[in-house]
Amino acid sequence: MTEAAISLKHVTKSFGSVIANDDVTMEVRSGEILALLGENGSGKTTLMNMLAGIYYPDHGSISVNGKEVNIRDPRDAFACGIGMVHQHFKLVDVFSAAENVIIGINGKGRLSHRQIADAIRKICDKYGFDIDPDKKVYDMSVSEKQTLEIVKVLYRGADILILDEPTAVLTPQETEKLFSVIRNMKKDGKTVIIITHKLHEVLAISDRVAILRRGVYIDTVETKDATEQSLTEMMVGEKIELNIDRPLVEERPLRLRIEHLSCFNEEGIQKLDDVSFEAYGGEILGIAGVSGNGQKELLEAIAGLQVTMPGASIVYNAPDTEEGAELIGKTPRKIRELGVHLSFVPEDRLGMGLVGDLGMSENMMLKDYTRGRGIFTDKKKPKELAERIRKDLNVVTPGIGTPVRRLSGGNVQKVLVGREIAAAPTVLMTAYAVRGLDINTSYTIYQLLNEQKEAGVAVIYVGEDLDVLLELCDRILVLCGGRVSGILDGRTAKKEEVGRLMTQMRKEAADA
Amino acid sequence: MSSLISLLQAAVYFGTVIMFGCIGEILTEKAGNLNLGVPGIMYLGGISSLVAVFLYEGATENPQPALCVLIALLASFLGAALGGLIYAFLTITLRANQNVTGLALSIFGSGVANFFGGSLNTLAGRFEQISVPVTSAAFRKTVPFLSGLGAVGKIFFSYGFMVYLAVILAGVMQYFLHHTRSGLNLRTVGENPQAADAAGIDVTKNKYLAICIGAGICGFGGAYYVMDYIKGTWANDGSIEKLGWLAVALVIFATWKARNAIWGAYLFGVLYWMYLYIPGLTRASQEIFKMLPYVVTIIVLVVTSLRNSREKQPPAALGQAYFREER
Repeated sequence: MTEAAISLKHVTKSFGSVIANDDVTMEVRSGEILALLGENGSGKTTLMNMLAGIYYPDHGSISVNGKEVNIRDPRDAFACGIGMVHQHFKLVDVFSAAENVIIGINGKGRLSHRQIADAIRKICDKYGFDIDPDKKVYDMSVSEKQTLEIVKVLYRGADILILDEPTAVLTPQETEKLFSVIRNMKKDGKTVIIITHKLHEVLAISDRVAILRRGVYIDTVETKDATEQSLTEMMVGEKIELNIDRPLVEERPLRLRIEHLSCFNEEGIQKLDDVSFEAYGGEILGIAGVSGNGQKELLEAIAGLQVTMPGASIVYNAPDTEEGAELIGKTPRKIRELGVHLSFVPEDRLGMGLVGDLGMSENMMLKDYTRGRGIFTDKKKPKELAERIRKDLNVVTPGIGTPVRRLSGGNVQKVLVGREIAAAPTVLMTAYAVRGLDINTSYTIYQLLNEQKEAGVAVIYVGEDLDVLLELCDRILVLCGGRVSGILDGRTAKKEEVGRLMTQMRKEAADA
Repeated sequence: MSSLISLLQAAVYFGTVIMFGCIGEILTEKAGNLNLGVPGIMYLGGISSLVAVFLYEGATENPQPALCVLIALLASFLGAALGGLIYAFLTITLRANQNVTGLALSIFGSGVANFFGGSLNTLAGRFEQISVPVTSAAFRKTVPFLSGLGAVGKIFFSYGFMVYLAVILAGVMQYFLHHTRSGLNLRTVGENPQAADAAGIDVTKNKYLAICIGAGICGFGGAYYVMDYIKGTWANDGSIEKLGWLAVALVIFATWKARNAIWGAYLFGVLYWMYLYIPGLTRASQEIFKMLPYVVTIIVLVVTSLRNSREKQPPAALGQAYFREER
């Protein structure tokens, strides 16, 4: 049990002038679940990529099961029994599940799809997966894709599994399912390394926790001796407050009144069904729901990006005006100019809102390129804005001209949210603003939202983490199947209550 | 009846040239590289085979037809694969833009080929037009006995062996890409090189091999054009180039499936030559008919985009360079 499955000695890796891992020496015990904890950009993924053969260390040595190995590419990693499930799935969309599992495996003769499908079913039965070998990846949900990645690694006979932020895009239910699979794998004698920065998950699943801070290995502790507070301190290197503020703003003017909002997506599936609610300045309205229950469509409809069904109305009351303005029928730009801003952080973080190859200042220009004189763009103001956001939000980047694609996830999100806040909105909508962010950066974002709220902005916050929603929001609107299943007071609502509302409609439909 | 037969025959000749180009390009594109240098590569294949057999026929008293064919095919494959190697080095190792590199290769290939083609004509001297009679005859030898069977014989068996080789090659390519592990690995490289890399597939090696072999197959198209289509001579009129672009269009028409390239190529041939068999066309209206293959390609693009079928889309990573340590 105490034998080392993997031991790293003085491993260093740098990219250009940036040192991602600095002299890391650590051990992973055979048959344990080890959580690798660290802030964004602390080098967790880089370190694991060296075990998976994606990167090669500059210095240092790696031993697997007591034997020193040289992992030059992923094939070597498989030979050592190491398999990694990457944060960005490495799947081919147009292939079936079975085809994705066998890519890269050499074998003789014609491909026998049935044989592979049987092997996959066997793995699924053993660990409690649910995968249809013939299903194409483009038809799969995020959670199915992740399951497929795990099956892929197991099919290759891996004994040591590395999961890179597996829960970042999962719902609480899917996360629970994943954890039971991980426990099954542990029972089967596999070693599991899980990269995450969600502390309660670390405490729930792992045997031990290894902590990295800015590329340097800090320590490994037994999970049973650790608390959220102690882990955070090791991770950040200083004491931080783990409570989210919820200031009460006295004056709360009506900003948005939404009535009978319905819409269909491109495939003709109804995503919103008769949604009505109000949003007030000086409060944070949280929107809870299992992902894909209409959150995205709701925000897009308000921002003018969704076609809505007749009969809906979205009335916006600007400050200092008596009459409300109808937003439906206005162009997205017009709606922005009125002060209603949307910052949406998609699953891949970059897809919507920022251009990866452009620098910070160019990305600032994206939303107001129409300003400036004549045909020439005004470059000075975006530059100043970019410098200000960089300073205020502590964005780590070599320079504001560096393509944002090269920044770490947390910094990309700071740029995205920072740009919307800088435009001094009266309604600020953010979706998944802390998706994939570490605890410290998340708190920075919550702080930013609270500052906006105190400035009288109506904040609409779509979130995944119920604990955060309950701590941060003044009111919580629960969406289920595109309908509002309840609007609760954030100060008195219970987690179970929200959870029940999130799944309520389905139950009603099943009963009917 | 006889005009219909001759239309079909013309379509088969024509289709065979672009079928080779199309099969080669499908292999290349499945590896994620859009090689727009097909016309240039077909030129290189054509001139290499011509130079090789011209030297052989000139140096030997009694050239062996079988050896002539072998030399021609080998030379065209190597010449074209060399063109592919230039493209592969630029786009894979140096990560140059694929479109620009491909277009440059098209111009380069036609320049090189026409330079040597012109020189050969000068070398041939007394006839002012080069010819390689033995090789050309070997290429154009039709299927014995069967080709004499009336209309059926004319439509199906009145061609040189390259026509049948193209069809067989298309079948082999289809089988390779969709029913072998190596084919699956190669398609993974073209769809998602990151996934391929993480699965232990050598992305660079797969791309190099696919591009060079694909180019070699395109080169067969050039050899067939020179030896059979224009009967073993050289013409500086740029018609290989025209066919090369049609081969690229055919890849899209065939929705990246080699089996569709077979009937697609013949269909393009029929559409291309149809103007000759429609009475009452003027020079101007002829040209409209010559556009038909391109029009059909556009229609196919529109239809497949409208139906939004995921299976009929180009490889997802087509045109993108891959670099592992980039994020």
